[in-house]
Amino acid sequence: MIEIKNISKSFGDRQILFDISGTFEKGKTSLVIGASGTGKSVLLKCMLDLVKPEEGQVLYDGRRFLLQEEEDKKEVRREMGVLFQGGALFDSKTVYQNVEFPLKMLTTMSEPEKRDRVEFCLQRVGLEGTGTLMPSEVSGGMKKRVGIARAIVMNPKYLFCDEPNSGLDPLTAIKIDELIKEITDEYKITTVVITHDMNSVLSIGEYIMFLHKGRKLWEGDNKSILKTHIKELDEFVFSNHALRQLRG
Amino acid sequence: MLLTAGKFFLFLGSLFIRRETFKVYWERFIDECVKIGTNSIFIVSIVAFFIGAVTCVQIYANLVSPFIPNYIVSNVVRDMMLLELSSTFMCVVLAGKVGSHIAGELGTMRITEQIDALEVMGINASSYLVLPKVLAAMFTFPLLAILSDFLGIAGGYLAGTMTGILTPEEYIYGIRFSFVPYNIIIAIVKSFVFGFLIASISSYKGFYTKGGALEVGQASTTAVTNSCIAILIADYLLAQLLSG
Repeated sequence: MIEIKNISKSFGDRQILFDISGTFEKGKTSLVIGASGTGKSVLLKCMLDLVKPEEGQVLYDGRRFLLQEEEDKKEVRREMGVLFQGGALFDSKTVYQNVEFPLKMLTTMSEPEKRDRVEFCLQRVGLEGTGTLMPSEVSGGMKKRVGIARAIVMNPKYLFCDEPNSGLDPLTAIKIDELIKEITDEYKITTVVITHDMNSVLSIGEYIMFLHKGRKLWEGDNKSILKTHIKELDEFVFSNHALRQLRG
Repeated sequence: MLLTAGKFFLFLGSLFIRRETFKVYWERFIDECVKIGTNSIFIVSIVAFFIGAVTCVQIYANLVSPFIPNYIVSNVVRDMMLLELSSTFMCVVLAGKVGSHIAGELGTMRITEQIDALEVMGINASSYLVLPKVLAAMFTFPLLAILSDFLGIAGGYLAGTMTGILTPEEYIYGIRFSFVPYNIIIAIVKSFVFGFLIASISSYKGFYTKGGALEVGQASTTAVTNSCIAILIADYLLAQLLSG
């Protein structure tokens, strides 16, 4: 379980996040949604300690991550898997080497053990036989899959996905969403997905936090999101033409 | 200016904290030696050879006098190559090639979140990425400077003897005449320091790139110009220190 408590962050005079709190539960796919520029990615970076919030706490199963010493943080980081927006694959390494990288750097596994684990993860995301390709040789959807494989290779307790289906065609986007949901259910991971895609919201959002101009305006699940009467959330949810028509 | 200098020194300090295992650094060091050193052999060879040849022709053209023996031409070529051209000039050329490569690589890694990916794994990205580059530059630049010395003097030999400026015997006599072995030490020390400056400044510029492709380009350009300025200032200081 991940708890965030009273997170505030500003860059210079511009405040990005205002007192954000919430709980992301184990085995659930939690979504942080909102329009572009509302601070979703900054919140994620605060949770990962890539950006230091001015105020607030992030607790990983009760461990106060932001206050920990670097060595203790390293332990928590080993339990995290992160899928970045563009995949963030290492350009100079093959698909196999990208997935193997955390095992090589953070574990003492033998070569056969590593090979088995990497092959299993690649197979799990439907990319068996692509290990020798370079990131520049694979499509956007495949890059996301490799990113997911790298994120789960260490058997993480916490999985973070920053806009996992941005820039993908609708069909591939749905497949990526389904994959994230399956992995979350299968390994009982605490998954946090940053997105502004309504398809994801409706299909995988077991817990949803809506941000607007840096403030948390609403939280709930994918069933209750269609029934709210918050103007900003309504505008966001029903910005989709099909959904607007459905509502009538 | 002071703020940048402070940030730069903090960046250098960060290379030595939360280090990885020796094996990891060794593999990265070898990789970087290939990228920085081996991949620069061609450009260094071409530049050094022609610089030596041109120096020989220019010195002859400007020193022609019945009172100056011909072997002085190769004597000056040797000392110029050893003291300035193979270290300072060559490192300015390498600042363009290696510096822009390092800043571009790290800048791209920054904007595509590859550096963030390393950080969230608990790896000190600056130490993992930059330290091997700095060490590789400090190791390979002196070797490139020595290669450059040889090829520059060889370029002068070919230019001098093939155009009839001086005979092969005069050229060989000139490069052996009043030779000071300490000048080789000066060339090695200078290229060692310049290697550190180029790799560290370019890494700093690339590592802290913000924005997109445009900013990566700007970081590369700034890395090269700042490295060149640092080389020239360090050249003066080293000349005072080592030759004064």
